[in-house]
Amino acid sequence: MSENHSSDLATDRAHAVDRAGSCGCSGDSGVSRRGFVAGAGTLVTMTLATGVVLIAPAQSKPVDEPASPDVRWGLLVDTSKCEAGCSACVDACREEQGWEGHGRPEQNPQWIRKVDLKETATGRTFSLPVMCQHCTHPPCVDVCPTGASFKRADGIVLVDRHICIGCRYCMMACPYKARSFVHEDIENQKPHMPRGKGCVEACTLCVHRIDAGGVPACVEKCGGAGTGAMLFGDLNDPNAEISKRIATYATTQIRPDLKLNPGVFYQGL
Amino acid sequence: MTGLRLVLVMVVAALFGVLPALAGDGPFPTIPKGKGGKCVEDTQFMRRNHMDLLKHQRDETMREGIRTTEHGLQGCISCHAVQGADGKPVTIKSEEHFCNACHSYAGVSPDCFACHASVPPVGASPPGAVHGQGPTP
Repeated sequence: MSENHSSDLATDRAHAVDRAGSCGCSGDSGVSRRGFVAGAGTLVTMTLATGVVLIAPAQSKPVDEPASPDVRWGLLVDTSKCEAGCSACVDACREEQGWEGHGRPEQNPQWIRKVDLKETATGRTFSLPVMCQHCTHPPCVDVCPTGASFKRADGIVLVDRHICIGCRYCMMACPYKARSFVHEDIENQKPHMPRGKGCVEACTLCVHRIDAGGVPACVEKCGGAGTGAMLFGDLNDPNAEISKRIATYATTQIRPDLKLNPGVFYQGL
Repeated sequence: MTGLRLVLVMVVAALFGVLPALAGDGPFPTIPKGKGGKCVEDTQFMRRNHMDLLKHQRDETMREGIRTTEHGLQGCISCHAVQGADGKPVTIKSEEHFCNACHSYAGVSPDCFACHASVPPVGASPPGAVHGQGPTP
């Protein structure tokens, strides 16, 4: 799948949704676009001719309602599509959340990183993004002495910087090395993502986008400039594309032996 | 005795004369006016309670994902941005920043801006209007 081709498809998707919202004048088939887009519950899946699957949440949560415990947001990464050398997801995260490295690999922010692996027995190489795995039983939350590390009702694991004291216990507890510590004074933060010196931070699953009915920036970029290896959705919804894929194909979580039940699944790992 | 009375009279006169002057003409903060003409709550109420509103909103947004924008910090920043000499909004480092105008006077150091941006984003529209930008947690 070439990059341009993917971009065009994404654009087509956007246009289709726009038209469905404003016009409603279909008639070329039994199901109008409006009905198709709006009628299928929380998530609408569109399978395009090339086999690329894009998903668009049809409805966002009402702004005055809390996150629902009926939802469990998760990711599925197809490592057979994820290419070594492609860092679209990392770039998208950096741009969306406003973090940057400081030339010290041990201390740089670790919201999301690409990991290249080689199976020594067979020589098979593959590449995958690793970010906060948004566990059902997050060790970071267990060990946090102040309650700053917490899990939202919809399964998103976050750091409440208001009460984080920067002890970094969670960083040691996380088996995925998904958290990092801010060592520098920071200015010009993104309005939706306050960050500051002395606090621990990690992938938020783009919670600000999810609450607005969107998908995480990494997933969006992976489907555009990237290789379309990432899928986002509600793991609790059996009709969601992510649930169907997990029910159909062999997937794994990283370190399933720890029984943390991460919300990030990998296919082809 | 007359001398003592005179002193007393002078003290009382001084108290009545000087204290009102202190109360009225002191170095009160110059509070920049916000945009839009009307705050989300009554001005006197906001002076006393803005910190509680912010804290309440922040916990609801951060912990529960309730993203109403009425009492969010981002709204304060958008309306109360003060333009500097270069035409850009001044940051919290400036004494002219809306929050600093009072907090410097009161000797209060809010640490909101260790993490939160103290100026509206470039090309900002009101909070919540931009896709993917809910209120500040």
